[in-house]
Amino acid sequence: MTGTEAPQLPLHMRRNAFDPTPELRAIRETAGVRTATNSFGMTVYLVTRYEDVKAVLSDHERFSNGRPPGFVLPGAPTLSEEELASARAGNLLGLDPPEHQRLRRMLTPEFTIRRMKRLEPRIVEIVDQHLDAMESAGPPTDLVESFALPIPSLAICELLGVPYDDRDDFQRRSVRQLDLSTPIAERMDLQRQGRAYMQSLVDRARRQHGEDILGMLVREHGAECTDDELIGVAGLLLLAGHETTSNMLGLGTLALLRHPEQLAAVRNDPDATGPAVEELLRWLSIVHSAIPRITTTEVEVAGVRIPAGELVFVSLPSGNRDPDFIDSPEVLDIRRGAPGHLAFGHGVHHCLGAPLARMEMRIAFPALLRRFPTLALAEDFDDVQFRSFHFIYGLRSLAVTWTP
Amino acid sequence: MKALADRDVCIQAGNCVMVADAVFDQDDDGIVVVLVDEIPDDEADHVREAVKLCPSQALRVID
Repeated sequence: MTGTEAPQLPLHMRRNAFDPTPELRAIRETAGVRTATNSFGMTVYLVTRYEDVKAVLSDHERFSNGRPPGFVLPGAPTLSEEELASARAGNLLGLDPPEHQRLRRMLTPEFTIRRMKRLEPRIVEIVDQHLDAMESAGPPTDLVESFALPIPSLAICELLGVPYDDRDDFQRRSVRQLDLSTPIAERMDLQRQGRAYMQSLVDRARRQHGEDILGMLVREHGAECTDDELIGVAGLLLLAGHETTSNMLGLGTLALLRHPEQLAAVRNDPDATGPAVEELLRWLSIVHSAIPRITTTEVEVAGVRIPAGELVFVSLPSGNRDPDFIDSPEVLDIRRGAPGHLAFGHGVHHCLGAPLARMEMRIAFPALLRRFPTLALAEDFDDVQFRSFHFIYGLRSLAVTWTP
Repeated sequence: MKALADRDVCIQAGNCVMVADAVFDQDDDGIVVVLVDEIPDDEADHVREAVKLCPSQALRVID
């Protein structure tokens, strides 16, 4: 654990290894909604119950992803309206319907269940290649570096049309950019660098478009979309595509290693995989909070009055561990499947890449456990480094070993 | 029992196809399509599940 940083960690991000802080449970069991302080020192309303989280995320009219004019994060450099508009363009997570739906619908053909089935053999191949490399290098290894990060990263690069050889740069940028302890000015600078990089890929795609998502966007929507929008959309997919599944693969493997009977089920029983992935998504809830909403009017949540213009954080880990949603929520039980969990969010911003993430996990977990049936931690559980300050919870590294 | 899908509200999450692919499908744009007029009895639970899971409340059932 990162004990030295813990005191400044915002309440909604606090965890003890796999578990959300008991403070969240205390709020859920009492008022349900409470004010807290976010990483910028702003007062926010924290929503903790399953039904309330769902209600907030379903109501995009009263809980907006957009930001009113003049909204600035404390400490952020002042940008001109033009710079702001450019930085926000194409960011689906900063838009409300109908604008949001217009952009989302350009992308959804690429993430249908049928499309994922066509992609499946390539994902199997990518997973096998990484397992082969681990096997030939031999134990021990850092599972994050050799497995959890590169598999989703390569997959999203191929899908998008981003050269995988550039990964050192964009992975370094995204890990710093999503680290809430990185100074805001540096985060915004990293965002600018990311946009400049994506601009070069959009330029290339405009000259010669391939069969990837960037090529499709330019071919089918190149006239109606500005470069800023294409850059925003592609940048978000790149970021979301490797920072999420990679954390689930690392943290999920650690969770299974701590529950050996359930690990054995995922290894031995193909029918166990689908429900196991859903339960791991619920139990780990790696996204601490959905993108903060802003109230567009005075609202009431769990009987608590929230004025207009306030920031609302919904705690996905707390909602997913609400006993009103599921029995024995603190227990990891891969057999139950946990339908209805909130790990991918809810409402119009429900994770676009969920079908891809699910497929990657359904392939990667059993493949890893079958290739290395003796897989074990190569460090003390107490020494495992969790990534506490990151927008998405995960592991910095995970030392594992096996008997060759 | 019939399933109704609002294609304007659908956000193409694909959850309905995941839990009830005998009743729901996605068109090429990912938008929900109802495959059957009458829901077979053995699919009723799956369809109710799909209604519950739909992130944008695009689905409902009528008798």
